[in-house]
Amino acid sequence: MGLLSKKDTKLITDPLADNNPITIQVLGICSALAITAELKASIVMSISVMFVLGLGNVVISLMRNIIPSKIRIIVQLTVVAALVIIVDQVLKAFAYELSKTLSVFVGLIITNCIIMGRFEAFALANGPWKSFLDGIGNSLGYGVILIIVGFFRELLGSGTLLGFPVLGDPIAKTGLYAFGYENNGFMLLSPMALIVVGIIIWVQRTRNKALVEDH
Amino acid sequence: MENRTDKNSYTILFAIAMVVIVGAVLAFTASSLSPKISENQRIEKQQNILYAMGVNQNDESSAVFVSTKEAQELFDKYITKQLVIKNGQASEDEEAYLIDLKKDKAAAAGDASKRNLPLFIGEKDGTTFHIIPIYGKGLWDAIWGYVSLDDNMVIQGAYFDHKGETPGLGANIKQRYFMDDFIGEHLLDANGNFKGVEVAKGNADPTNEDKTDNAVDAIAGATITGDGVTAMIKSDLKLYKPYFDNLKNN
Repeated sequence: MGLLSKKDTKLITDPLADNNPITIQVLGICSALAITAELKASIVMSISVMFVLGLGNVVISLMRNIIPSKIRIIVQLTVVAALVIIVDQVLKAFAYELSKTLSVFVGLIITNCIIMGRFEAFALANGPWKSFLDGIGNSLGYGVILIIVGFFRELLGSGTLLGFPVLGDPIAKTGLYAFGYENNGFMLLSPMALIVVGIIIWVQRTRNKALVEDH
Repeated sequence: MENRTDKNSYTILFAIAMVVIVGAVLAFTASSLSPKISENQRIEKQQNILYAMGVNQNDESSAVFVSTKEAQELFDKYITKQLVIKNGQASEDEEAYLIDLKKDKAAAAGDASKRNLPLFIGEKDGTTFHIIPIYGKGLWDAIWGYVSLDDNMVIQGAYFDHKGETPGLGANIKQRYFMDDFIGEHLLDANGNFKGVEVAKGNADPTNEDKTDNAVDAIAGATITGDGVTAMIKSDLKLYKPYFDNLKNN
């Protein structure tokens, strides 16, 4: 690897599995529950968070030596909020259609605890390049879980993927529905997201015992 | 050793500088982009109104507006009259489509006689459409829509939109399968009284064969958004009942 050293690569790959922000650090659960009822929303949210976290981490990292420690949380919050609002305004002016799709997510991005968590835990103590990689890595890890959860919730809850019916037509009773299959409406509600995340955590910790906390 | 950045004076100065810089940047962004943003919103309103009267580029399953470039031209072509109804009196107003329903509702403070009610008359292939904007609240934030009616207050087309309903649930009020259900629904009951259209759970008619039952099938998991749609149809379209009564008597 020419561009990334071994350590840098780890910054990206670690959060994908063994240090995943959702399943291991248990951050960003709230948005994972809120928007994973369909796959498309999960993907849009993942990309948005990647953008904000990557950029925010760099900004905070550049400011890390001048931020007064007493008000650092407020400073971080201001930086995220300003970034998100600017992006939202620019999209509204130049990509209106896209901005309408994203409008729901703006508030959720600002309050996403992964963002504050990574600022606190990483960007305040590391250089801009490393912080950028950390931001990308963590948002990828977040995105992977979001997409897995979104995939199952949309498939089992609505019988569609990205809006396309894949299991047949539930009203005309074609495809799987002809055999008496029914969509599970419960999958569309937030509690099921928690259960799906729980199953992912279970599978992950069964495969890698080192992740299981001692008591 | 105390750090330079731990001093109170430094903290206060930093906070002030940050507020000024961030405030200036945001104010600059907002004010330099606002003409472009309000232009986008104006075009969107025209697209919405045209959509409700069936001027759109829908394919089989998704809702597609006329292009932003054509919006003004088509709007001038199809919308023959824009009216504002105030206290029962209708007058023409070329900018009726720019009326902000939220502000108007707030200013009238529940007094229907103080409302400026916009109404757009569209003509397409010899059919007349009365297009009415409606506004209400869903689960998280505002929801709104445009409904086009014929002379008997039967819905000919509907468009709904929302600010922040849950994706996959309440947000689906802007999906074709939900909006198209409203087409053909009667707002009046069999006796000619205003009843509205209810977004009904446990509807005995999920494929919406019966257009005179004043109900469409609700979206699973979106009860509050659906109730919001029911409420805004009832409260806002009811105000136009006198206008339609007049229409018949003349």
